[in-house]
Amino acid sequence: MRVIVPLQAVVQGRGGLVLGSLIPCALFYFLQFYLRRNRPSSSSPPPPSSASGSNLPELASIPRSLSRGLLSPRGSFGPARLSSRGTAVVRDDDNPYYVGLKRCADDPYNRSTNPQGFLLLGLAENRLSLDIIQDWLVKNWKESLLLDDEEEELSIQGLATYQPYDGSMDLKTAVAEFMGQVMQGSVSFNPSHIVLTAGATPAVETLGFCLADPGDAFLVPSPYYPGWDRDIKWRTGVELIPVPCRSTDNFSISIAALELAYNQVKKRGMKVRAVLVSNPSNPVGSLIDRETLCGLLDFVMEKNIHLISDEIFAGSTYGSDKFVSVAEVLDAESFDKSRVHIIYGLSKDLAVPGFRVGVIYSYNENVLAAASKLARFSSISAPTQRLLISMLSDRKFISEYLAVNRVRLHDMHALFVDGLKQLGIKCASSSGGFYCWADMSMFIRPYSEKGELKLWDNLLNVAKVNVTPGSSCHCIEPGWFRCCFTTLTEKDVPTVMERIQKITKSN
Amino acid sequence: MVKGAESCVPLSEVATSNTHGEDSPYFAGWKAYDEDPYDAASNPAGVIQMGLAENQVSFDLLEKYLDQHPGASGWGCGISGFRENALFQDYHGLQTFRQEMATFMEQIREGRAKFDPERIVLTAGATAANELLTFILADPGDCLLIPTPYYPGFDRDLRWRTGVRIIPVHCSSSNGFQVTLQALEDAYVKAEGMKIRVRGLLLTNPSNPLGTAIARHVLEEVLDFVTQKDIHLISDEIYSGSVFSSDEFVSVAEIVEARGYEDCDRVHIVYSLSKDLGLPGFRVGAIYSYNDRVVTAARRMSSFTLVSSQTQRMLASMLADRGFTENYLKTNRERLKNRRDFITEGLKNAGIECLPGNAGLFCWMNLAPLLEEPTREGELRLWSLIVHEAKLNISPGSSCHCSEAGWFRVCFANMSQQTLEVALRRIKDFMKNMKAKQEK
Repeated sequence: MRVIVPLQAVVQGRGGLVLGSLIPCALFYFLQFYLRRNRPSSSSPPPPSSASGSNLPELASIPRSLSRGLLSPRGSFGPARLSSRGTAVVRDDDNPYYVGLKRCADDPYNRSTNPQGFLLLGLAENRLSLDIIQDWLVKNWKESLLLDDEEEELSIQGLATYQPYDGSMDLKTAVAEFMGQVMQGSVSFNPSHIVLTAGATPAVETLGFCLADPGDAFLVPSPYYPGWDRDIKWRTGVELIPVPCRSTDNFSISIAALELAYNQVKKRGMKVRAVLVSNPSNPVGSLIDRETLCGLLDFVMEKNIHLISDEIFAGSTYGSDKFVSVAEVLDAESFDKSRVHIIYGLSKDLAVPGFRVGVIYSYNENVLAAASKLARFSSISAPTQRLLISMLSDRKFISEYLAVNRVRLHDMHALFVDGLKQLGIKCASSSGGFYCWADMSMFIRPYSEKGELKLWDNLLNVAKVNVTPGSSCHCIEPGWFRCCFTTLTEKDVPTVMERIQKITKSN
Repeated sequence: MVKGAESCVPLSEVATSNTHGEDSPYFAGWKAYDEDPYDAASNPAGVIQMGLAENQVSFDLLEKYLDQHPGASGWGCGISGFRENALFQDYHGLQTFRQEMATFMEQIREGRAKFDPERIVLTAGATAANELLTFILADPGDCLLIPTPYYPGFDRDLRWRTGVRIIPVHCSSSNGFQVTLQALEDAYVKAEGMKIRVRGLLLTNPSNPLGTAIARHVLEEVLDFVTQKDIHLISDEIYSGSVFSSDEFVSVAEIVEARGYEDCDRVHIVYSLSKDLGLPGFRVGAIYSYNDRVVTAARRMSSFTLVSSQTQRMLASMLADRGFTENYLKTNRERLKNRRDFITEGLKNAGIECLPGNAGLFCWMNLAPLLEEPTREGELRLWSLIVHEAKLNISPGSSCHCSEAGWFRVCFANMSQQTLEVALRRIKDFMKNMKAKQEK
């Protein structure tokens, strides 16, 4: 606006000549300045670190006359730098995700041994029911891993040799059954529609590689899981376009908003290839209802694009609403299945993120064919596969585990939400997942992303509580924070609330 | 599979391209094997798989260890620390495991090089390590130089998702396929001519498919070359523990140390337990880089390809047992050498020459005299005969981008001694038949 007026004045010859020429010049210089600041560092590569200054012996330098003789002006194609992809990854240091994790890693809270340590509420780990899994393992690990079916003897051959890259059929079968159990029998899954990967992280990236080309876009209702900015954008070159949801309707997905976003993206000359949702939602914890699922399916059919539904928290529901998988809707109605892909994994529902088990579930033969070949870059370790086959096949154990886990999630969630309520902090209504989506907007000053990050910083560095700021999740309403409650025991909750109150009181 | 109305929802270039290479002869032989696999008892006329570089000669040593140490190894499931282990998804990798990997790599090189555990980034297999490095060191449209013949999987692993290209550095049988400065220069100039930016050189040492350890003077020349061109050097040393005489292996790490770590920012090593320890199913690979920024980038990107914490824990325990690893390395080397001698002798009896080799799980054999015409087509026709008549899956040199027709890679460590004997008999018979045909 401010630029146009003086230029208008120039055109109309009203003494705006000076302004009219000054402003474009100023803009031009600012543009130069901005570009120079943001150009990837073109300085020479960092000096070789002497092997990180650790205990390596100092070796006498053998004169390298030959190499000195060959040293010529650097090749016209530039020094041995990193690629632009590599550079971007290295420079990701200011990201609250990394900052928070680093602080906590050095000084983690432990009620008995380190009560002043950092409370890590930014990483979705479920510690509530690990004891149940541990008990099972203690009883069963030997049998589950070592025994050759026929000979009852130690057999490594079956484990050691090359396996199918996308997982053994036995594990796929066990996982398909587990998914059915998790969704409480509402839908059954076919093992031959499964590609297994080392975690859900490569699963979603692999779909990114299969469904879109560099420069294309996915529409993602926001707030969304911050990890996707890394998982999908880093190497595939796919853009994520946030489609903001509103607190007024508990951050529900709006098809109208998707439609708007789709058209805006199209105007920018980009191609939308898919809609990506999480259900139960990370970070909000709400469930997508059947009607909205149908709306989504209609939408993607109309635009001839894909739908990716990340259902990794499907077994971690605790509210009164019943979880409905997109698979269930597909079974019931006559939507085109070949455009629907589900992401799943054992990191959340079975609480074994360290074992690295992710699932791509797709109805599209071509996607499965490509993804199963791409799985070679992220395959699950064979002994882990065997262990999990054994564990998942113990259906009695699994259904007991899922039931107890749900109860514990429910109780901890209630405790935590209540604790926050006492501090005057309301949470979005949630029925699944490991997070509370808390509204701390009344404690931020100014009411902006800047104010939000100030509060986040205080929470981290003063209260020593690491939570995830809503801006990391692309929430357009400032002041919302994502807090994980599953790393806590009952006794820790008062400590958390005390610490948060330290900050909120002073605001 | 769900059939019905075919949807035309489009997929990406990556998904629809055939850079996965599974339509190539290298994999066609695998298909022939999959459809008709040899089994001494149930299918003695089936195809014998000699195209898979897997090490099965030392399983008994692993089993014996696990048998004697069920508690210690605990298969990563011991009670103590289970909780932490199951939750552990830190892309730094288990400190103890990285420590043991570093020490194991030092053991293989008999202390001639030191490895800092903080520079190790774990990946789910060397396949992932090579791809990760490619993402980090090169942009789409750039290229890596790779001496031929090379592992056919590189065409897929290094190019498919990365958009990076490969320019071959042609080596010839006249000097045993060793890399020469001239060949390196020629390849570099070729890239320049095509307006393609060279970002690095990838060496496999010991070489796959040649089965030879690279000579020190060649490594020195290579290091000088990459320094002069200011590009990266990736040294894939996954077969380093499979050099029959351990003192015949020179790692690029030794050269870097001998040069006082000067200008070593450009050097990166890839390792894995798939070949030396015979554990490809475990999916354990590693990047070792002298470049801090590469280590940081690789660590963060390794979130796409982490090693199971259970596996890390188990192997940390196993590798910590120095008595076991010393004995394993020594015994494994001897057995591989014996196998190699056995197959070379057998091939000689059949009238086939192999490239003299001192490492790896395979031989590089010369069947050029049998070719009707010294071309790729001639080679593939011969290869087809071998697969379908002799019922042996071996890898044709053309799939390794060898510039001379008639060379084949034959694996000898992925089968029992008995099966190897059967294979050699078949080769002998095949050669007799071919000679008879030629004489007619």
